[in-house]
Amino acid sequence: MTDDQTTMSQLAVQQRPVILEVSGLSKSFGANPVLRDISLKIHKAETVCLLGPSGSGKSTLLRCMNWLEQPDGGTVFLAGQPLGARPGGGLRMRDKELAAMRTRIGMVFQHFALWPHMSVLQNVMEAPVHVLKQTKDEARATAVSLLQRVGLAGKMDSFPARLSGGQKQRVAIARALAMKPEVILFDEPTSSLDPELVGEVLAVMQDLVREGMTMVVVTHEMGFARDVASRVVFMDGGHIVESGPPDQFFEAPQTERARQFLMRYAARNN
Amino acid sequence: MNEFALVWEHRDMILIGFQNTLLIVVLGTVGSLVLGVLLTIPLMSRRRGPALIGTIYVDAMRCVPFLLFAYLLYFALPSLGLDFDNWWTGVVALILYNGAYMAELFRGAWANLPKELIEAGQAYGFTGWVLLRRIILPPVIFAAIPLVGNQLIQIVKDSAFLTIIAVAELTHEATSLQTTYFVPFASFLAVVFLYWLTCLSIESTVGYANRLAEVRR
Repeated sequence: MTDDQTTMSQLAVQQRPVILEVSGLSKSFGANPVLRDISLKIHKAETVCLLGPSGSGKSTLLRCMNWLEQPDGGTVFLAGQPLGARPGGGLRMRDKELAAMRTRIGMVFQHFALWPHMSVLQNVMEAPVHVLKQTKDEARATAVSLLQRVGLAGKMDSFPARLSGGQKQRVAIARALAMKPEVILFDEPTSSLDPELVGEVLAVMQDLVREGMTMVVVTHEMGFARDVASRVVFMDGGHIVESGPPDQFFEAPQTERARQFLMRYAARNN
Repeated sequence: MNEFALVWEHRDMILIGFQNTLLIVVLGTVGSLVLGVLLTIPLMSRRRGPALIGTIYVDAMRCVPFLLFAYLLYFALPSLGLDFDNWWTGVVALILYNGAYMAELFRGAWANLPKELIEAGQAYGFTGWVLLRRIILPPVIFAAIPLVGNQLIQIVKDSAFLTIIAVAELTHEATSLQTTYFVPFASFLAVVFLYWLTCLSIESTVGYANRLAEVRR
């Protein structure tokens, strides 16, 4: 892609509606500040990869986006509505209100977090039936088609303990899709997989990108970020250091810190 | 040998005691499991008040000998206006006492549950009782099965103490038999055999449940 084409496609993305926005977000664990005044907008059908060294705050930022971590300051907006805190900040939403907003955000965890006491099919049906109050027949039909889509139609009655890591993560993605979310948050979805299982999960994620799903992905998979992301956000020390299209970030990083990070990554993988 | 023949002759007494023991153990088991689950909720609460009340109850139960507790309850309940007979007093004592131990087992299993499992429930919009019932409690119970099995055997053994408040359970009937006919060895050996039988049945049932739970952990 030429620089002009990249700029044009960036402009096109920015004209789409904003699905998720964080504004002035800060978070500390004890005396240790992890996020410092982070602001970020995620547009519809955008795939934003959060990159950065361990401890840079990227997973905490992701978890603040659905309030699994409660930020100390700043606001999260889902399609323009404040999430977690009431409009104007300060007061925490009631649990029921927060839960209702969370149903619109999918989440895929590093260690899969499938519910071990339920079969694969039940895992995918559980929230649609017990949270969204869909009928069992409706939820089952959706779950079966999603499991077919992620290549696990033959494992519907298996329990998570009987699946490989890659299969577990594909079930977790199907579980997220069953809620028909407006955006899916991926927290290092391939970090706990054996190297030969990473490809099958990334392939499913690439399909989602092609279908126009809005995704925020914390990852160490530079190849995925380079090939698939519409934007890369590089974090360090709780700040967004650099943000831009992947071609620019990987070929001509704008900051010294990003250059160092990419050089270290390249050295480790050569 | 005559002693055993005498016990066999009066096997009706022993069987009545055995029936009572089984019924008391079943009620004690169901009641203490329910109480244990209910107590686990305040024990794991982030709010100080409920957690403190839960901890005080569990510690109070665990630090008193069951024999004394059964006595206390036997004399205390009527003075509180609760007119239970000694049989039901025994059942209530078993439930209140062992419920505390069950709660402690479930608390441990809950504390060891991977945090992400609960977070996944919250991230998908589960809250309150539905989160507890659908997402948290089933894996907690599956994880606690082997330890619950031990506690069920403890309930069987605790039930023998109810003889001191004249509940007609197995030990009580064996004691009656031996004091009437002076056949201590045969009558006590007969009931020990029945206790073994009960505990072995519990062990094999729990073992079966544990195998079923294995894949669900």
